Amino acid sequence: MKIPYFPGCTLKTTAQNFEMSAIESAKKIGIEFIELPRWNCCGVVASLTSDDLMRHLAPVRNFLRVQEMNKQGLVENENRLLTLCSMCYNTLSLSNLRMKNDADDLQKINDFMHKEEENYDGNIEVVHFLSILEEMGFDKLAQKITKPLKDLKVASYYGCMLLRPKEVGIDDAEAPTILENFVKSLKAETVDWDAGSRCCGSYHTVNNVEIVYTLVKGIILDARKNGAEAIITSCPLCAFNLDVRQSEIKKDNPDFQTIPIFYFTQLMGIALGLNKEALGLEFNKIDAEDILKKKKLIK
Amino acid sequence: MAQIIKLKDKNTDFLEKITELSGEQITLCEQCGTCSAGCPFVSEMDINPSQIMRLVMLGQESVMDSKTMWLCASCFTCTVRCPRKLDLSKVSEALRQVKLRGAIDEIDIKEISDEEALKLPTIAVVGSFRKFTG
Ligand code: SF4
Ligand code: SF4
Ligand code: SF4
Ligand code: SF4
Repeated sequence: MKIPYFPGCTLKTTAQNFEMSAIESAKKIGIEFIELPRWNCCGVVASLTSDDLMRHLAPVRNFLRVQEMNKQGLVENENRLLTLCSMCYNTLSLSNLRMKNDADDLQKINDFMHKEEENYDGNIEVVHFLSILEEMGFDKLAQKITKPLKDLKVASYYGCMLLRPKEVGIDDAEAPTILENFVKSLKAETVDWDAGSRCCGSYHTVNNVEIVYTLVKGIILDARKNGAEAIITSCPLCAFNLDVRQSEIKKDNPDFQTIPIFYFTQLMGIALGLNKEALGLEFNKIDAEDILKKKKLIK
Repeated sequence: MAQIIKLKDKNTDFLEKITELSGEQITLCEQCGTCSAGCPFVSEMDINPSQIMRLVMLGQESVMDSKTMWLCASCFTCTVRCPRKLDLSKVSEALRQVKLRGAIDEIDIKEISDEEALKLPTIAVVGSFRKFTG
């Protein structure tokens, strides 16, 4: 299956380990990501005021590229746009929703993009990679596993943007299970914990890092208390806060017990038998190899 | 402890402006406090989210001086829980926009150290500047 893919800026820079591991893992199960030939940053956060239409322009422009890819035959009759970054997913989805629900707004945006060859027709569906896996069937994924992640206790960190608001959430906002089902399909153990969809502090990490330290400490302590040996995420901003900020907490508090943070696709890659070089584990700030070696999953 | 809040005269224009910008019918808020109870940033806030709703409802422009709207990270936790289906993340955004559209930024790029600038991922910087600059 070939599917149009929107990487977003962070996956090309600090989150290369996310992109690498996702592309290689997807290949293993017969999914080929076709990157949009031209794409632009979605703006990270969705514009939330009623009149600020301008900020929906960047997300929507990317949808035109998907229409073009279909015309050019890069993909066949594929109106889905795949994302990996939770924030890209959320921002693109919210803009798309507005375009689908408000014909006037769609018209205005199309008028503004008059130099483009065609109009956005409102028919693109933004999807997250996890939803594609769910649709394919986690049981099917389980059948393709060559290296079961036996005894590894994995806490699923949803953060905010995969689940909220409800209109774009990929699962139930209060009691999600999609990541746990994913973890089970890799034959790892799930962790029952409270902090899985608690905000990590998001962009406050730029100018109010103390808040992020407090929230991250809370999340890590909860994971520890419930026996987690690893935490998975699908958001490069969650990953930065949980991983890099956690390493700074450790520096200031040597007794603090850290937990490695993985992109869900990195664990998927291990379970599918990819070698560690394909997963960019060296980009993870808190040592990610240690626990995998202990569990005899890598050498 | 009981708090005494002195109200200024109700500025209906202010309520109308925030209602329009946010697209949220603020006067529907029933003051149940669910939003404040679940907000991950509430301990840092000087006025909690449900109080903001009440003060805006009463047309109190003084909420513009509160830290709350800047601390709200649009995490949508309250959004999915409000029994009146109100979206407080939109109210915070409207309040921020009122300030930012007056060309007053909340963050200065020069305040970020070189060390931090090199470390921060694009997603954090773009997100922050989207929320804190006009
Ligand atoms: S949300 Fe992040 S990763 Fe996605 S395009 Fe925007 S900056 Fe880039
Ligand atoms: S947990 Fe933090 S970074 Fe992750 S999606 Fe939520 S706000 Fe964003
Ligand atoms: S949860 Fe909704 S109704 Fe309750 S106080 Fe907050 S905004 Fe008002
Ligand atoms: S959206 Fe804002 S007010 Fe609501 S819970 Fe999140 S940070 Fe708090």
